[in-house]
Amino acid sequence: MSAEDVIKVREKFGAQVISSLEFRGEHTVTVELTVLHDVLAYAKKELGYGMIIDISSLDHFGDDPRFEMVYEIVTVDDSKHLRVKAPVGEEESVASVTDLWVGADWHEREVYDMMGIPFTGHPDLRRILMWEGYPFYPLRKDFPLAGRPSDMPDVAFTGIAPLEGGPFVTADGGDDTIGREPRSRVIP
Amino acid sequence: MVSDPSTTLHTAYDSKIEGNVIFTRADAAINWMRKNSLWPMPMGLACCAIELMATASSRFDISRFGAEVMRFSPRQSDVMIVAGTVTYKMALAVKRVWDQMPEPKWCIAMGACASSGGMYRSYAVLQGIDKLIPVDVYISGCPPRPEALIEGLMKLQAKIEKSPSLQEQKQEYFNEMA
Repeated sequence: MSAEDVIKVREKFGAQVISSLEFRGEHTVTVELTVLHDVLAYAKKELGYGMIIDISSLDHFGDDPRFEMVYEIVTVDDSKHLRVKAPVGEEESVASVTDLWVGADWHEREVYDMMGIPFTGHPDLRRILMWEGYPFYPLRKDFPLAGRPSDMPDVAFTGIAPLEGGPFVTADGGDDTIGREPRSRVIP
Repeated sequence: MVSDPSTTLHTAYDSKIEGNVIFTRADAAINWMRKNSLWPMPMGLACCAIELMATASSRFDISRFGAEVMRFSPRQSDVMIVAGTVTYKMALAVKRVWDQMPEPKWCIAMGACASSGGMYRSYAVLQGIDKLIPVDVYISGCPPRPEALIEGLMKLQAKIEKSPSLQEQKQEYFNEMA
Protein backbone atom coordinates (compact mmCIF):
# COMPACT_ATOMS: atom_id res chain seq x y z
CA MET A 1 0.00 0.00 0.00
CA SER A 2 0.98 3.62 -0.44
CA ALA A 3 1.36 4.12 3.34
CA GLU A 4 4.09 1.46 3.44
CA ASP A 5 5.79 3.10 0.49
CA VAL A 6 5.86 6.42 2.34
CA ILE A 7 7.64 4.66 5.23
CA LYS A 8 10.10 3.07 2.80
CA VAL A 9 10.85 6.46 1.23
CA ARG A 10 11.35 7.96 4.70
CA GLU A 11 13.74 5.11 5.67
CA LYS A 12 15.77 5.45 2.51
CA PHE A 13 15.99 9.23 2.25
CA GLY A 14 15.85 10.13 5.95
CA ALA A 15 16.19 13.83 6.67
CA GLN A 16 15.78 14.77 3.05
CA VAL A 17 12.09 13.97 3.32
CA ILE A 18 10.60 17.24 4.52
CA SER A 19 7.17 15.93 5.43
CA SER A 20 4.57 13.33 4.58
CA LEU A 21 0.83 13.62 4.80
CA GLU A 22 -2.18 11.39 4.54
CA PHE A 23 -5.48 12.99 3.65
CA ARG A 24 -8.55 10.86 2.91
CA GLY A 25 -6.41 7.96 1.77
CA GLU A 26 -4.17 10.06 -0.42
CA HIS A 27 -0.48 10.00 0.43
CA THR A 28 1.82 12.92 -0.17
CA VAL A 29 5.58 13.03 0.36
CA THR A 30 7.43 16.32 0.26
CA VAL A 31 11.14 15.97 -0.38
CA GLU A 32 14.14 18.19 -0.97
CA LEU A 33 14.67 19.24 -4.58
CA THR A 34 18.17 17.70 -4.56
CA VAL A 35 16.78 14.18 -4.04
CA LEU A 36 13.55 14.62 -6.01
CA HIS A 37 14.79 12.68 -9.03
CA ASP A 38 16.23 9.93 -6.79
CA VAL A 39 12.93 9.59 -4.91
CA LEU A 40 10.96 9.34 -8.14
CA ALA A 41 13.46 6.86 -9.61
CA TYR A 42 13.20 4.79 -6.40
CA ALA A 43 9.41 4.93 -6.55
CA LYS A 44 9.42 3.73 -10.12
CA LYS A 45 12.11 1.08 -10.00
CA GLU A 46 11.71 -0.33 -6.49
CA LEU A 47 8.13 0.45 -5.54
CA GLY A 48 6.50 -0.22 -8.91
CA TYR A 49 5.03 3.17 -9.78
CA GLY A 50 5.14 2.61 -13.51
CA MET A 51 3.03 5.50 -14.66
CA ILE A 52 3.03 9.26 -14.25
CA ILE A 53 -0.42 10.78 -14.56
CA ASP A 54 0.32 14.43 -13.96
CA ILE A 55 3.02 16.97 -13.24
CA SER A 56 1.96 20.36 -12.01
CA SER A 57 3.43 23.27 -10.15
CA LEU A 58 2.34 25.80 -7.56
CA ASP A 59 3.32 29.42 -7.14
CA HIS A 60 3.48 30.40 -3.46
CA PHE A 61 4.05 34.02 -4.37
CA GLY A 62 5.74 35.87 -1.53
CA ASP A 63 7.12 32.73 0.10
CA ASP A 64 10.63 31.39 -0.18
CA PRO A 65 11.12 29.03 -1.93
CA ARG A 66 8.55 30.37 -4.30
CA PHE A 67 7.49 27.37 -6.40
CA GLU A 68 6.56 23.79 -5.71
CA MET A 69 6.58 20.84 -8.06
CA VAL A 70 3.86 18.19 -7.76
CA TYR A 71 4.12 14.72 -9.30
CA GLU A 72 1.21 12.28 -9.36
CA ILE A 73 2.37 8.72 -9.85
CA VAL A 74 0.42 5.46 -9.89
CA THR A 75 0.99 1.78 -10.44
CA VAL A 76 -0.29 0.51 -13.74
CA ASP A 77 -2.96 -1.61 -12.03
CA ASP A 78 -4.08 1.55 -10.15
CA SER A 79 -3.68 -0.10 -6.75
CA LYS A 80 -1.32 2.57 -5.42
CA HIS A 81 -1.24 6.31 -5.84
CA LEU A 82 1.49 8.60 -4.54
CA ARG A 83 1.95 12.34 -4.71
CA VAL A 84 5.51 13.66 -4.53
CA LYS A 85 6.17 17.34 -3.94
CA ALA A 86 9.34 19.40 -3.84
CA PRO A 87 9.90 23.10 -3.18
CA VAL A 88 11.70 24.97 -5.95
CA GLY A 89 13.39 28.33 -5.56
CA GLU A 90 13.07 31.11 -8.12
CA GLU A 91 16.51 30.59 -9.64
CA GLU A 92 16.55 26.80 -9.37
CA SER A 93 15.94 24.25 -12.07
CA VAL A 94 14.39 20.81 -11.71
CA ALA A 95 15.85 17.52 -12.92
CA SER A 96 13.66 16.17 -15.70
CA VAL A 97 11.99 12.80 -15.16
CA THR A 98 11.62 12.08 -18.86
CA ASP A 99 14.34 9.45 -18.42
CA LEU A 100 12.00 7.59 -16.05
CA TRP A 101 8.62 8.20 -17.69
CA VAL A 102 8.49 9.27 -21.34
CA GLY A 103 5.02 10.64 -20.65
CA ALA A 104 6.53 13.36 -18.49
CA ASP A 105 7.72 15.19 -21.62
CA TRP A 106 4.70 17.36 -22.36
CA HIS A 107 3.80 17.82 -18.69
CA GLU A 108 7.20 19.35 -18.04
CA ARG A 109 6.92 21.51 -21.12
CA GLU A 110 3.61 22.82 -19.83
CA VAL A 111 5.11 23.60 -16.41
CA TYR A 112 7.97 25.38 -18.15
CA ASP A 113 5.59 27.31 -20.39
CA MET A 114 3.06 28.38 -17.79
CA MET A 115 5.22 28.77 -14.66
CA GLY A 116 8.70 29.31 -16.05
CA ILE A 117 10.43 26.55 -14.10
CA PRO A 118 13.33 25.21 -16.19
CA PHE A 119 14.14 21.50 -16.40
CA THR A 120 17.58 19.98 -16.82
CA GLY A 121 17.95 16.90 -18.99
CA HIS A 122 14.68 17.43 -20.87
CA PRO A 123 15.06 16.35 -24.52
CA ASP A 124 12.94 19.13 -26.05
CA LEU A 125 12.21 21.95 -23.64
CA ARG A 126 10.14 24.32 -25.73
CA ARG A 127 6.96 26.19 -24.90
CA ILE A 128 3.93 24.02 -25.55
CA LEU A 129 0.91 26.37 -25.44
CA MET A 130 2.30 29.86 -25.95
CA TRP A 131 4.74 30.56 -28.76
CA GLU A 132 8.52 30.69 -28.57
CA GLY A 133 9.45 34.27 -27.75
CA TYR A 134 6.41 35.07 -25.62
CA PRO A 135 8.05 36.98 -22.78
CA PHE A 136 5.83 36.05 -19.82
CA TYR A 137 4.79 33.03 -17.74
CA PRO A 138 1.03 33.40 -17.52
CA LEU A 139 0.18 31.17 -14.55
CA ARG A 140 2.49 32.96 -12.13
CA LYS A 141 0.64 34.79 -9.40
CA ASP A 142 2.14 38.16 -10.35
CA PHE A 143 0.85 37.86 -13.93
CA PRO A 144 -2.50 39.65 -14.36
CA LEU A 145 -5.43 37.62 -15.68
CA ALA A 146 -6.10 40.29 -18.29
CA GLY A 147 -2.67 39.66 -19.76
CA ARG A 148 0.13 41.94 -20.82
CA PRO A 149 0.78 43.39 -24.25
CA SER A 150 3.46 41.73 -26.32
CA ASP A 151 4.31 41.62 -29.99
CA MET A 152 6.33 39.24 -32.13
CA PRO A 153 6.00 40.41 -35.72
CA ASP A 154 4.57 37.74 -38.05
CA VAL A 155 4.19 35.26 -35.20
CA ALA A 156 1.71 36.53 -32.64
CA PHE A 157 0.78 39.45 -30.46
CA THR A 158 -1.18 39.83 -27.24
CA GLY A 159 -3.27 42.60 -25.76
CA ILE A 160 -5.02 43.35 -22.51
CA ALA A 161 -8.48 41.84 -22.04
CA PRO A 162 -11.13 44.31 -20.80
CA LEU A 163 -11.99 42.85 -17.41
CA GLU A 164 -13.46 45.92 -15.71
CA GLY A 165 -13.86 43.92 -12.53
CA GLY A 166 -16.22 41.75 -14.50
CA PRO A 167 -17.04 38.06 -14.38
CA PHE A 168 -14.54 35.33 -13.60
CA VAL A 169 -12.40 37.64 -11.50
CA THR A 170 -11.89 36.71 -7.87
CA ALA A 171 -12.29 39.59 -5.45
CA ASP A 172 -11.76 39.94 -1.72
CA GLY A 173 -14.69 39.40 0.60
CA GLY A 174 -17.76 37.26 0.11
CA ASP A 175 -18.64 34.30 2.24
CA ASP A 176 -18.30 31.71 -0.47
CA THR A 177 -17.10 31.25 -4.04
CA ILE A 178 -20.38 32.59 -5.41
CA GLY A 179 -19.78 35.82 -3.50
CA ARG A 180 -16.14 36.11 -4.50
CA GLU A 181 -16.60 35.14 -8.14
CA PRO A 182 -20.03 36.33 -9.30
CA ARG A 183 -21.11 35.60 -12.85
CA SER A 184 -21.54 39.32 -13.39
CA ARG A 185 -20.69 42.38 -11.40
CA VAL A 186 -22.09 45.89 -11.54
CA ILE A 187 -19.28 48.35 -12.02
CA PRO A 188 -19.82 51.41 -9.81
CA MET B 1 -41.48 30.97 -69.24
CA VAL B 2 -41.54 29.90 -72.85
CA SER B 3 -44.83 30.39 -74.66
CA ASP B 4 -46.15 28.21 -77.39
CA PRO B 5 -44.76 29.71 -80.63
CA SER B 6 -47.84 28.71 -82.67
CA THR B 7 -50.10 31.18 -80.89
CA THR B 8 -49.57 34.91 -81.22
CA LEU B 9 -49.84 36.65 -77.90
CA HIS B 10 -49.21 40.16 -79.07
CA THR B 11 -48.12 41.70 -82.34
CA ALA B 12 -44.98 43.22 -80.81
CA TYR B 13 -44.16 40.26 -78.59
CA ASP B 14 -41.47 37.96 -79.90
CA SER B 15 -42.20 34.89 -77.84
CA LYS B 16 -38.99 33.14 -78.88
CA ILE B 17 -36.88 35.76 -77.18
CA GLU B 18 -38.85 37.81 -74.79
CA GLY B 19 -40.07 34.99 -72.60
CA ASN B 20 -36.44 34.46 -71.55
CA VAL B 21 -35.42 38.07 -71.14
CA ILE B 22 -35.40 39.84 -67.82
CA PHE B 23 -34.83 43.54 -67.49
CA THR B 24 -32.85 44.55 -64.43
CA ARG B 25 -29.96 46.63 -63.25
CA ALA B 26 -26.49 45.18 -63.50
CA ASP B 27 -25.99 45.80 -59.78
CA ALA B 28 -29.07 43.81 -58.90
CA ALA B 29 -28.07 40.94 -61.17
CA ILE B 30 -24.53 40.79 -59.84
CA ASN B 31 -25.69 40.97 -56.26
CA TRP B 32 -28.32 38.30 -56.88
CA MET B 33 -25.66 35.96 -58.20
CA ARG B 34 -23.27 36.75 -55.39
CA LYS B 35 -25.70 36.34 -52.54
CA ASN B 36 -27.06 33.00 -53.70
CA SER B 37 -23.69 31.42 -54.15
CA LEU B 38 -21.70 32.28 -51.05
CA TRP B 39 -18.92 29.78 -50.69
CA PRO B 40 -17.87 29.69 -47.06
CA MET B 41 -14.37 29.35 -45.74
CA PRO B 42 -15.04 27.37 -42.55
CA MET B 43 -12.66 28.72 -39.93
CA GLY B 44 -13.66 26.24 -37.24
CA LEU B 45 -11.66 26.90 -34.09
CA ALA B 46 -13.81 25.60 -31.22
CA CYS B 47 -17.22 24.20 -30.36
CA CYS B 48 -18.98 26.62 -32.75
CA ALA B 49 -17.46 24.54 -35.54
CA ILE B 50 -19.64 21.62 -34.43
CA GLU B 51 -22.74 23.76 -34.93
CA LEU B 52 -21.32 24.93 -38.24
CA MET B 53 -21.03 21.30 -39.31
CA ALA B 54 -24.58 20.67 -38.14
CA THR B 55 -25.74 23.65 -40.21
CA ALA B 56 -24.11 22.13 -43.26
CA SER B 57 -25.59 18.67 -42.76
CA SER B 58 -28.94 17.23 -43.67
CA ARG B 59 -31.14 18.45 -40.82
CA PHE B 60 -30.48 22.16 -41.36
CA ASP B 61 -28.90 22.06 -44.81
CA ILE B 62 -27.24 25.37 -45.54
CA SER B 63 -27.27 24.46 -49.24
CA ARG B 64 -30.87 25.73 -49.33
CA PHE B 65 -29.22 29.15 -49.11
CA GLY B 66 -26.51 28.48 -51.63
CA ALA B 67 -23.70 28.25 -49.11
CA GLU B 68 -22.97 24.55 -49.05
CA VAL B 69 -19.65 24.63 -50.85
CA MET B 70 -17.34 24.57 -47.86
CA ARG B 71 -13.80 24.30 -49.02
CA PHE B 72 -10.67 24.63 -46.95
CA SER B 73 -9.29 26.72 -49.73
CA PRO B 74 -9.37 30.46 -49.13
CA ARG B 75 -8.80 31.25 -52.81
CA GLN B 76 -12.20 29.79 -53.73
CA SER B 77 -14.14 31.33 -50.87
CA ASP B 78 -16.47 34.30 -50.53
CA VAL B 79 -17.38 34.36 -46.86
CA MET B 80 -15.22 33.44 -43.91
CA ILE B 81 -17.19 31.98 -41.03
CA VAL B 82 -15.03 32.44 -37.94
CA ALA B 83 -16.52 29.78 -35.68
CA GLY B 84 -14.89 29.64 -32.29
CA THR B 85 -12.35 31.06 -29.90
CA VAL B 86 -9.56 32.96 -31.64
CA THR B 87 -6.46 32.65 -29.52
CA TYR B 88 -3.59 35.03 -30.07
CA LYS B 89 -1.57 32.08 -31.30
CA MET B 90 -4.16 31.47 -34.04
CA ALA B 91 -5.06 35.10 -34.74
CA LEU B 92 -2.44 35.88 -37.35
CA ALA B 93 -3.14 32.57 -39.11
CA VAL B 94 -6.81 33.59 -39.42
CA LYS B 95 -5.70 36.97 -40.76
CA ARG B 96 -3.44 35.29 -43.26
CA VAL B 97 -6.23 33.05 -44.56
CA TRP B 98 -8.46 36.12 -44.81
CA ASP B 99 -5.82 37.95 -46.83
CA GLN B 100 -5.65 35.01 -49.23
CA MET B 101 -9.37 35.22 -50.03
CA PRO B 102 -10.16 37.11 -53.23
CA GLU B 103 -12.47 40.13 -53.27
CA PRO B 104 -15.38 40.43 -52.86
CA LYS B 105 -15.34 38.77 -49.47
CA TRP B 106 -17.38 38.89 -46.32
CA CYS B 107 -16.92 37.73 -42.76
CA ILE B 108 -19.33 36.21 -40.27
CA ALA B 109 -18.24 36.20 -36.63
CA MET B 110 -20.08 33.16 -35.30
CA GLY B 111 -20.65 33.01 -31.57
CA ALA B 112 -19.61 34.98 -28.53
CA CYS B 113 -15.89 34.15 -28.72
CA ALA B 114 -15.36 35.22 -32.33
CA SER B 115 -17.45 38.35 -31.74
CA SER B 116 -15.95 39.58 -28.49
CA GLY B 117 -13.73 36.99 -26.87
CA GLY B 118 -16.79 35.61 -25.09
CA MET B 119 -16.16 34.24 -21.64
CA TYR B 120 -12.43 34.12 -22.28
CA ARG B 121 -11.36 37.39 -20.76
CA SER B 122 -7.78 36.26 -20.53
CA TYR B 123 -4.24 36.72 -21.69
CA ALA B 124 -4.53 34.05 -24.36
CA VAL B 125 -7.62 35.06 -26.34
CA LEU B 126 -8.11 37.77 -28.95
CA GLN B 127 -11.05 39.89 -27.78
CA GLY B 128 -13.05 39.65 -30.99
CA ILE B 129 -11.92 38.84 -34.52
CA ASP B 130 -13.02 42.35 -35.58
CA LYS B 131 -9.76 43.60 -34.09
CA LEU B 132 -8.03 42.00 -37.08
CA ILE B 133 -10.49 41.65 -39.95
CA PRO B 134 -13.71 43.52 -40.85
CA VAL B 135 -16.84 41.64 -39.76
CA ASP B 136 -20.16 41.92 -41.60
CA VAL B 137 -22.42 39.85 -39.37
CA TYR B 138 -22.08 39.00 -35.68
CA ILE B 139 -24.04 36.01 -34.39
CA SER B 140 -24.71 35.77 -30.67
CA GLY B 141 -24.82 32.48 -28.82
CA CYS B 142 -22.45 30.10 -27.12
CA PRO B 143 -22.54 28.30 -29.45
CA PRO B 144 -25.33 29.65 -31.69
CA ARG B 145 -27.95 27.23 -32.94
CA PRO B 146 -27.78 26.35 -36.63
CA GLU B 147 -30.93 28.42 -37.15
CA ALA B 148 -29.02 31.44 -35.84
CA LEU B 149 -26.20 30.84 -38.30
CA ILE B 150 -28.71 30.52 -41.13
CA GLU B 151 -30.31 33.79 -40.08
CA GLY B 152 -26.89 35.39 -39.99
CA LEU B 153 -26.31 34.15 -43.50
CA MET B 154 -29.67 35.58 -44.60
CA LYS B 155 -28.74 38.91 -43.00
CA LEU B 156 -25.51 38.83 -44.99
CA GLN B 157 -27.49 38.09 -48.15
CA ALA B 158 -29.69 41.09 -47.44
CA LYS B 159 -26.58 43.19 -47.03
CA ILE B 160 -25.07 41.97 -50.28
CA GLU B 161 -28.37 42.66 -52.06
CA LYS B 162 -28.09 46.33 -51.21
CA SER B 163 -24.41 46.75 -51.99
CA PRO B 164 -23.42 48.98 -54.94
CA SER B 165 -21.17 46.30 -56.42
CA LEU B 166 -20.85 47.71 -59.95
CA GLN B 167 -20.38 51.24 -58.70
CA GLU B 168 -17.58 49.99 -56.48
CA GLN B 169 -15.94 48.29 -59.43
CA LYS B 170 -16.32 51.44 -61.52
CA GLN B 171 -14.84 53.54 -58.76
CA GLU B 172 -11.89 51.18 -58.45
CA TYR B 173 -11.38 51.35 -62.20
CA PHE B 174 -11.41 55.14 -62.17
CA ASN B 175 -9.06 55.23 -59.24
CA GLU B 176 -6.64 53.01 -61.10
CA MET B 177 -6.90 55.19 -64.21
CA ALA B 178 -6.33 58.40 -62.30
